Amino acid sequence: MPTLTLIQAVNDGLKVAMRQDESVLVFGEDVGPKGGVFLATEGLTAEFGKERCFDTPLSEDGIVGTAIGMAANGLRPVCEIQFQDFIFPAFDQIVSEAAKLRYRSGGQYTAPMVIRTPYGGGIRGGLYHSQSGEAYFTHTAGLKVVIPSTPYDAKGLLLASIADPDPVLFMEPKALYRHLKADVPEGHYTVDLSTLRQVREGDDVTVFCYGSMVPVVEKAANKAAEQGIHCQVVDLRTLLPLDEQGVLEAARKTGRVVVVHEAPRFCGYGAEISAIIAENIIEYMEAPIRRVTGFDTPFPNTLEHHYLPDERRVLDAIEEVAKY
Amino acid sequence: MPQLIQLIDPQGQVLGELPDLSADRLKELFVHMLRVRVTDGRMLTLQRAGRIGFVGTSTGMEASQIGSAAALQPQDWLWSGLREGGAAVMRGLPLSEYVAQMYCNANDTAKGRQMCNHFQHKGSHYPSWSSVIGTQIPHGVGAALASQRRGEDAVHAIYFGDGATSSNGFHSGMNFAAVWKVPAVFVCVNNGWAISVSAKQQTAAESYAHKASAYGMPAARVDGNDLLACYATMQAAVARARSGEGPSLVVLETYRMMGHSSSDDPSKYRDEAEVEHWRTRDPIARFEQYLLANQILEDGERATIEATLTAEIDRVIHEQESADPMALKTLVEDVYADVPNHLKRQYNDFIEVAERHGDAQPGDGAFPL
Repeated sequence: MPTLTLIQAVNDGLKVAMRQDESVLVFGEDVGPKGGVFLATEGLTAEFGKERCFDTPLSEDGIVGTAIGMAANGLRPVCEIQFQDFIFPAFDQIVSEAAKLRYRSGGQYTAPMVIRTPYGGGIRGGLYHSQSGEAYFTHTAGLKVVIPSTPYDAKGLLLASIADPDPVLFMEPKALYRHLKADVPEGHYTVDLSTLRQVREGDDVTVFCYGSMVPVVEKAANKAAEQGIHCQVVDLRTLLPLDEQGVLEAARKTGRVVVVHEAPRFCGYGAEISAIIAENIIEYMEAPIRRVTGFDTPFPNTLEHHYLPDERRVLDAIEEVAKY
Repeated sequence: MPQLIQLIDPQGQVLGELPDLSADRLKELFVHMLRVRVTDGRMLTLQRAGRIGFVGTSTGMEASQIGSAAALQPQDWLWSGLREGGAAVMRGLPLSEYVAQMYCNANDTAKGRQMCNHFQHKGSHYPSWSSVIGTQIPHGVGAALASQRRGEDAVHAIYFGDGATSSNGFHSGMNFAAVWKVPAVFVCVNNGWAISVSAKQQTAAESYAHKASAYGMPAARVDGNDLLACYATMQAAVARARSGEGPSLVVLETYRMMGHSSSDDPSKYRDEAEVEHWRTRDPIARFEQYLLANQILEDGERATIEATLTAEIDRVIHEQESADPMALKTLVEDVYADVPNHLKRQYNDFIEVAERHGDAQPGDGAFPL
């Protein structure tokens, strides 16, 4: 079995989808012969031609808007927004159009499409190459929001997203693009959307995380284990629609919960996880729920390593919740 | 400024070569224009009576929508804005579905999810607009690319108003379409007003047609109250798109005789003299004159047609007054292809309360979980 980085797995997933289904098109800014600024689309134009993998004019609104029309008329567009920070000109098309087309037409028109976009910090990109905007989109009914954290999941979730009948925002943790290599099966396979991944078993504390925070949490959980605190680590991997029952089961098992994400805290995704737990199973909780997140500030540049939750901050929260 | 294309002037004088249409076809188009006017009148009455919530009329704009859309073939798509419902009816939207949409009742193919005046008809390739101005423009471009890739003989006519030329969608849609050379025709229906903002406040360009040259596509400016000029110009633009020569912009210069909608009072922002000036340019009266002069229409025939159309719409209204209650499950259906568990649980919580208060109908019960 080949070992691939996360971004190679994305690239492989795109190729598998394009070989399998002629209606899959890949387009965006610099995704053609250059292969994308992170090389996610490397080799696609060479293999599939410029009819199926092509550069667009520099307009996120245009990229997503035209993708919706293609999807409504029988194609399977997989468009790229170069950085998630650049997605906001397309916010209207995503929120008001793609996400609502099926609903507002009573199911007569649909937008099966994928918007791939790298998100998150860790590359010294400053305010506009580092943001984690998932919460803007998880508030949008009709949209699916998927964030992989491993090469295996990146390919399997991407293939599931491309096959999905609804629009999917596929957010790729750019900090993990070349973080490690792992086994990725050749050819086609899918990882079901709206399923959780048990990263690690443990009976003392449950830590929910996703994307780039998963390896950070794993490290913190290893450190905690050295002190005898055994963490159950859950990778949410589809934020919308969320496997709520899976989250509640995992939280009930330990009664002690930490939620970790790099996005700002206020109205962040961790607030929803906390609220679901509080609303449904507060009587099982042995400790207050702790969130470890980015600050409620714009994303910094020089101090980004302090903005991003790290192993120390996550471990601190685990310890606090464990001993409460 | 590109010269205004006019084939019949407001006095009914023929100025240029008319498109080759049979007498029957000409009369058909006249009936379609009248149906738009009669339907608008009936919808306004219903709105004032509190039976429906909102009407955006096309009064004064009948030639622009009927003339231009008549140049499309059945396989072509029409991407609509607020006021193309009459064109949709002409192309196949059943009047019953039109009225059901205005009532937003259980017969509405969109299941009452959108407010009035947001028609759709899949059979004639007519998706509904969203209310957000200009967003349908890039959709039409993407869909045109899809048609082109499949080698289909379909042209995508993308309609929008003068206000939409200031939107993101106009810019990105026009730009992408020209770069990709897709089979699309952009139809700007310049009716002078975007709610209360005049066309002069919308752009400093001499005309909307000027905008096309920046995107590298040709444009035509048409007297939008001249049915045959709208038809002929649109036909040429559609033929150009169909033959693979790429997109173009057609600007139809017309006038919105009534308010933006039934909720708008235009006397607050525009001069009655302007409205009066346009009243003398009425598109239906102009075409009627031509038909009478050429013995295609007989004296008094318009009144007979109008009476027939009124009876037709009244019958449909009567039918749509009594529709089944909307199924409550439509609250959570069609958000995704399948209703996800969290929506099933939200619905089940809701229906328990609704049932307790006697609001639920058979079939409205909880989802099995």
